[in-house]
Amino acid sequence: MEPVEIENKHLLNYLLHLADNGLVLAQRLGEWCGHGPVLEQDIALTNIALDVLGQSRYFYQYAATIDGKGKTEDDFAYFRDERDFKNFILLEQPNGDWAHTIMRQFYYDNFMQLLYNQLISCKDEQIAAIASKAIKEVNYHLKFSSEWVIRMGDGTLESHQRAQDAALALWEFTGEMFIPSDFEKQLAHLGIGYPFEHLKNDWLKRLNDVFAQAKLDVPESNWFQSGGKSGNHSEYLGILLTDLQYIQRSMPGCKW
Amino acid sequence: MSSTNSWPLWEVFIRSKRGLNHKHVGSLHATDAEMAIENARDVYTRRQEGISIWVVESVNISASDPKIMDAMFDPAADKIYRHPTFYDLPDALKHM
Repeated sequence: MEPVEIENKHLLNYLLHLADNGLVLAQRLGEWCGHGPVLEQDIALTNIALDVLGQSRYFYQYAATIDGKGKTEDDFAYFRDERDFKNFILLEQPNGDWAHTIMRQFYYDNFMQLLYNQLISCKDEQIAAIASKAIKEVNYHLKFSSEWVIRMGDGTLESHQRAQDAALALWEFTGEMFIPSDFEKQLAHLGIGYPFEHLKNDWLKRLNDVFAQAKLDVPESNWFQSGGKSGNHSEYLGILLTDLQYIQRSMPGCKW
Repeated sequence: MSSTNSWPLWEVFIRSKRGLNHKHVGSLHATDAEMAIENARDVYTRRQEGISIWVVESVNISASDPKIMDAMFDPAADKIYRHPTFYDLPDALKHM
């Protein structure tokens, strides 16, 4: 392959990674639609779902351009298999109770807010433009999820316990965010999240602050799952995709 | 969604982009003021309806009694002299 082709392959992988993150999370958040604990929070979660789905569409559309084989955003979303998805394992985890959903959101928002802030000055102009638009949305998501973590952690005995359980249960999926994949290492010169140690320090700093206000213990384990970025997922992603892709797989190309 | 009943009710006021004052748009449930503002943002401004939100817990609003509406408001009905319509305006004055 020519150097420019190799560069494009890494860029395509990175764009799909960012896009898959949003698509999978939006699908999970969408599962709450009609089932939220109260109407207002039901709407709040679907609003967030639509925000992250919108961000994903920009990344998929850009990926289609880079790919250059006439694909559309729908081809990436509906006609790839589990092993081709590059999202964080964290995001495919089931919704669980409200605490699990909020904690998953907080872990992710905390990361994305830092990453988008960096991507704003990415040397790839298209990524920088998407990040500039997305950062406003993610700033709000982080405010929303942080406040809920504090509200539950510093709430009743039961809400505290549920928040602490969720923080612990999802902890092992957070390490992956800071382990650069091959394509991220190869694209380091664009300024995309590298060095990841800095990201991790900033992420931990804010997490410590929010957890202190929430009176929650920061999990201590240093053992982390990884592999999502290279297509090795938990058992949950396949089932999620079955739901997500069903209509396009059974009636390819159908339109509303 | 019966758990909503245990959350306090809040009244929501929104100022639109070109509006001068906040207008009452509805009510919603929330556990605290911060959540009420965020809920209002999601429920009432998702189609760009506003640029500022006020919320106040419904219990803090004192309202006039609808049963004494007659006594409260009817007496104003025949006091047309309270409207500033009896002045002769100079011709030079426009847009009044």
